[in-house]
Amino acid sequence: MRAQFVLSEIGVGLRRNLTMTFAVIVSVALSLALFGGSLLMREQVSTMKGYWYDKVNVSIFLCNKNDVESQPACAKGAVTDDQKKQIKADLEKMPVVQKVQFETADEAYKHYKEQFGKSSPIAGSLTPDQMQESFRVKLKDPSKYAVISSAFSQRPGVQEVQDQKTLLENLFNLLNGMNFAALGVMGLMLVVALMLIVNTVRVSAFSRRRETGIMRLVGASSFYIQIPFIMEAAFAGLLGAGFACVLLVCGQEFLVNNWLAHHIDVIQFIGWDAVLAKLPLVLAIGLLMPALAAFVALRKYLKV
Amino acid sequence: MIRFDNVSKSYPKQNRPALRDVSLEIEKGEFVFLVGSSGSGKSTFLRLLLREERASHGQVHVLGKDLSRLSNWKVPQMRRQLGTVFQDFRLLPNKTVSQNVAFALEVIGKPRGEIRKAVPQVLELVGLGGKEERMPGELSGGEQQRVAIARAFVNRPLLLIADEPTGNLDPQTSVGIMKLLDRINRTGTTVIMATHDQQIVDQMRKRVIELEQGRLVRDQSRGVYGYQH
Repeated sequence: MRAQFVLSEIGVGLRRNLTMTFAVIVSVALSLALFGGSLLMREQVSTMKGYWYDKVNVSIFLCNKNDVESQPACAKGAVTDDQKKQIKADLEKMPVVQKVQFETADEAYKHYKEQFGKSSPIAGSLTPDQMQESFRVKLKDPSKYAVISSAFSQRPGVQEVQDQKTLLENLFNLLNGMNFAALGVMGLMLVVALMLIVNTVRVSAFSRRRETGIMRLVGASSFYIQIPFIMEAAFAGLLGAGFACVLLVCGQEFLVNNWLAHHIDVIQFIGWDAVLAKLPLVLAIGLLMPALAAFVALRKYLKV
Repeated sequence: MIRFDNVSKSYPKQNRPALRDVSLEIEKGEFVFLVGSSGSGKSTFLRLLLREERASHGQVHVLGKDLSRLSNWKVPQMRRQLGTVFQDFRLLPNKTVSQNVAFALEVIGKPRGEIRKAVPQVLELVGLGGKEERMPGELSGGEQQRVAIARAFVNRPLLLIADEPTGNLDPQTSVGIMKLLDRINRTGTTVIMATHDQQIVDQMRKRVIELEQGRLVRDQSRGVYGYQH
């Protein structure tokens, strides 16, 4: 195998098909950037899930003295110590309950300050006695929320039973939906990229049919005849994948690190390690997929 | 060297087979003319030798190999022992004479030193010494065909297949090409040449194989072109 010969063939081929090559590079770059982005998005959602599902489950918010007038459920007055004891005892008797935690108003105030201290405009005027006491109930089976809700929502002293998981699930469903949309667009871009590659190979094989015809006659192996075409596609794909990597790195740097992380404190964003771990995969796909597409296209358009 | 055993070839969507029950043998070192009117099966005959096509029935043996049993990946190795020349030269217009010849060796992975030695040698043999750096477009038809012959012969094939090599050339130039092919034949290379050129066949007095509608109708040593077609 004479590398110099093959390399010069590739150079000639790429230049001959400059516009087509450019289209391949752009479409591969966009589809792989979407692919990488959606992988990262999924990772983001799963870290968020792990982080939040551990912390939240069913919350039973109890009436404080401020709620008596504003909340109809609390019209009978703020929760009493007896009511609290009764609720706690009843909760612990229920088989679906794994763990019960009581959050005092002071603790609620502290958590609120931790989470929203910087960003909330009302944090400064808030006092501990305005916060609600609550039971944080961890269920053995998180889907059994209705049992808790029906047992406790009508009790005196209870303002509201809230399944925080459903609140989060709405968010995660939205994120997952966006993720699927991104994957769909990626799939479409990928099809476009592959069709462009097939077409490029066809044009390329046609414009080089003289050479390949002679190569065939003098007994060049089919590998030798095909390799310039495959390398051409692989090179364009690798270039596209390189651009996709640049897009992902820029996305992490400018969108996540410099913007989202500054504006949203409650979410733990994925870091550089997650992004960098995806780059080899993106590059490998960018290299192999177009090469494979070219190989398949050659079966059809190039007689060897 | 070459043996056809009851070879037939039909193409799909064609009622009449291109070759019908052809049996013949060609020995090493022979010079054979293949004649017949257009559509008589000459091209199919040559394509079977090159294994561009496979026989529908019967066996084609070339250089001791049964081509119907030769697996696809071994075909390139087989073709390296054949040289091919066409009516339309098939040179690469953007390469010089010596690059055109070198191309045939480069693509089968010959080492550079060997190429540098073999190319001038073969160009000298075909009478193109001194024109190594010319482009094909600057050469006459006869000279271009010499380049094509040099390319076919540079790897010293055992068999040279020529498909109407003089078809595009005037009679005088054709004589030069025939002298060259004769010289190559004298080095021990078997030459099979399909042609319509009556004058050449009659002058050379070599073995003549005539095909008519896919059938072998004449196989004559020291033959002539035959009846007027």
